[in-house]
Amino acid sequence: MISARSLTKRFGDFTAVDGIDFDIAPGESFGFLGPNGAGKSTTMRMIAATSTRTDGDLTVLGLDTNHHGPEIRAQLGIVPQGDLLDEELRVIDNLTVYGRYFGLPRAYVRRRAEDLLDFAQLREKRLSRVEGLSGGMKRRLTIARGLINNPRIMLLDEPTTGLDPQARHILWDRLFRLKEEGTTLVVTTHFMDEAEQLCDRLVVIDRGRIVTEGSPSSLIRRYSTREVLEVRFGSSRNEEAARTTAGIGDRQEVLPDRILIYADDGENALQAVLDRGLEPVTSLVRRSSLEDVFLRLTGRSLIE
Amino acid sequence: MTTTTGPAAVIDKTMAADPARARRWGWWAVVEHLVLRMRRYIATLLITGIGSPFLYLLGLGAGLGVLVDEGEGVGGVPYLTFVAPALVLASVMQTSVQENVLGTFGGFKWFNMFPAMRLTPVTPAQMAVGVQVGALIRVLPLLGFYLIAVVAFGIADPLRALALVPVGVLLSLAVGFLVMGWVSTQEHDRGQLSFVERFGVVPLTLFSGTYFPLDTLPGYLQPIGWVSPLWHAVELGRAAMYGHRPGIDLAAVHIGYLALLAAAGAWLSVRHFRRRLDE
Repeated sequence: MISARSLTKRFGDFTAVDGIDFDIAPGESFGFLGPNGAGKSTTMRMIAATSTRTDGDLTVLGLDTNHHGPEIRAQLGIVPQGDLLDEELRVIDNLTVYGRYFGLPRAYVRRRAEDLLDFAQLREKRLSRVEGLSGGMKRRLTIARGLINNPRIMLLDEPTTGLDPQARHILWDRLFRLKEEGTTLVVTTHFMDEAEQLCDRLVVIDRGRIVTEGSPSSLIRRYSTREVLEVRFGSSRNEEAARTTAGIGDRQEVLPDRILIYADDGENALQAVLDRGLEPVTSLVRRSSLEDVFLRLTGRSLIE
Repeated sequence: MTTTTGPAAVIDKTMAADPARARRWGWWAVVEHLVLRMRRYIATLLITGIGSPFLYLLGLGAGLGVLVDEGEGVGGVPYLTFVAPALVLASVMQTSVQENVLGTFGGFKWFNMFPAMRLTPVTPAQMAVGVQVGALIRVLPLLGFYLIAVVAFGIADPLRALALVPVGVLLSLAVGFLVMGWVSTQEHDRGQLSFVERFGVVPLTLFSGTYFPLDTLPGYLQPIGWVSPLWHAVELGRAAMYGHRPGIDLAAVHIGYLALLAAAGAWLSVRHFRRRLDE
C-alpha cells in the first residue's frame, strides 16, 4: 500500500528525514514511534502528498506522491496534529463541507455525516459550534471528518496528544473498530502505550533515521527483558546505590530519578537488592514496555 | 437460529471518493464552504448591501449633484448619471478587497480552511479560484441592489445598467486576484492587512475619476488613474451606461488591462498558495 526507499526530506541544511525505507501492507496498523522532532510528522506529510520529498522514492497505492497528490489524497483519511477544523462552523457542517472536497454527491455526504456523528459519539453536539467542544470531542470530530470519503488508508498524526486518559481510551476504542474492519492505519506517536495498543508493527525513528523495526512484543523481546524493576533511593543517592546493585538482573539503567533493573523475574531482582542491604524509598515491578526499548536503543528517554 | 448483527461498518465500501469529479468541481466545493460561512452574518450583508446604494445615490444626487448640475453637469450628463457607475464599481472594488483580505489571510490563519483543504484532492489553484467566486457571490447581489437603485432613481435604462455586471465581475477578479497574490505571502497580521484598504482602496477611489473626471486632476496625479483598475472599469461602466467617450473607443484597452491584471494576480496567487501549502 505504501512503499518508501531512501526517503529523504531536507529543509535547507537540516535533514528531517534521512533516507528511510519501509513498506506498509493492506490492513496493517503501522506506527512511527519517536520523540518530538524525530521526523515522524514530516514522513507522514510526505505520505499524504502534502510535502514534496527531496530524494528517494515514495509510492502510496502505487502512485508517486510527488506527482499524484490529488489522486492519492482522494483515498486517504488524514487526521493532522492540529485538527484544522473550522471552529466557527457547526459540527455537522464541518463534516459536510469536507466531504464535498472529495467530489462526493451532496445527498450522500449529508447521510454519511449523520452516520459518522454516531461513530464519533457526537450526536448531541450536532448543531454546536466547534469552538465550544472539548479537546477529545474535536479530535473525534477530526477522525470522523477523515472518514467521510471512506478512505483506504487512515493517517493519524499524534492522535491522542493533549487528551486526558478517558478521552484517549474512547479514541483508541474507535480506532480499534476501524482496524478490525481492515482499514490500514498509519500512526505517529511518542506514547509507548499508544503504539502498543494500536500498532501491529512499528519503526522506531530518531533524528530522521529508523533505529529498529518490528511488532511491539518482538521489539520488547529483542531489546528488553520480560520485567523491569524500578527502584528509587532519592535523587542524590541513586548513583551511589547503583554501585551496590551492579550485577543484579541482565542490565541496568541509572536515570536521575531512579534505577531501572532489567530482569526476567522482577520480584527476584528486588529480593537481591534488599539482600545487599539497600532500602529503596519506593520500588515497582512492571512489564517491559517500548519506552525501555527506546531507552536501550538511543540512551535517551522518549519524552524529554 | 438467531443471527446477531454488529454495528454498521464505518467504512462504506460502496462509495469511494471521485478524484476526477473533485478535479473538475473542487473550486465549487470551496465556494460552498465560503457561502456556509457567510450565512453567519447574512443580516449584516443584506443591510449594507441594500442600504449603501440608496444612501450613496441619494446623498450624492440630492446634495452634491444639485450643486454640480447648476453648471452643465459633467461631460454633458447630470452628475448623478456621471457618478452612479463609479459608485457601483468603487463598491465592487471595496467588497472584493475585503473578501480577499479576510478570506485569504483568514483561510490560512484563522479558520484553517486552506490547510484543511490541503488534506483533500482540492488543489491550490482551485482554492484561489474558489475564493474569487466566493467574492463574486457577495459582489453580484451588491451590483443587483445598485442596479435597482440606478433604475429606481431614473439614472439609466435597465438594459444599459445591466452592462455594469460584466464590468463589475472583471474588476472584482482583477482586484481580488491581485490582493490575494499579496496577502497569501503574509504570515502574520501586524496591522499591514489594513494598509490595502487605507493606502489602496481609498486613494484609488479618490484618484480614479470616481467623483470627478480624471482630467480635472493636475497632470502629475493622472497616472494614478491610468494604472488604477477602478479607473479602467469606471471608463467602461460610463461607456456602457451613457455612451461616454473616449471610454467606448478604448473599451478593448480597458478590458485587456483588467484581464491582464486578473491573470497576473491569479498566477501570483496560485504560485504563493502552492509554496505555502507545501510543508
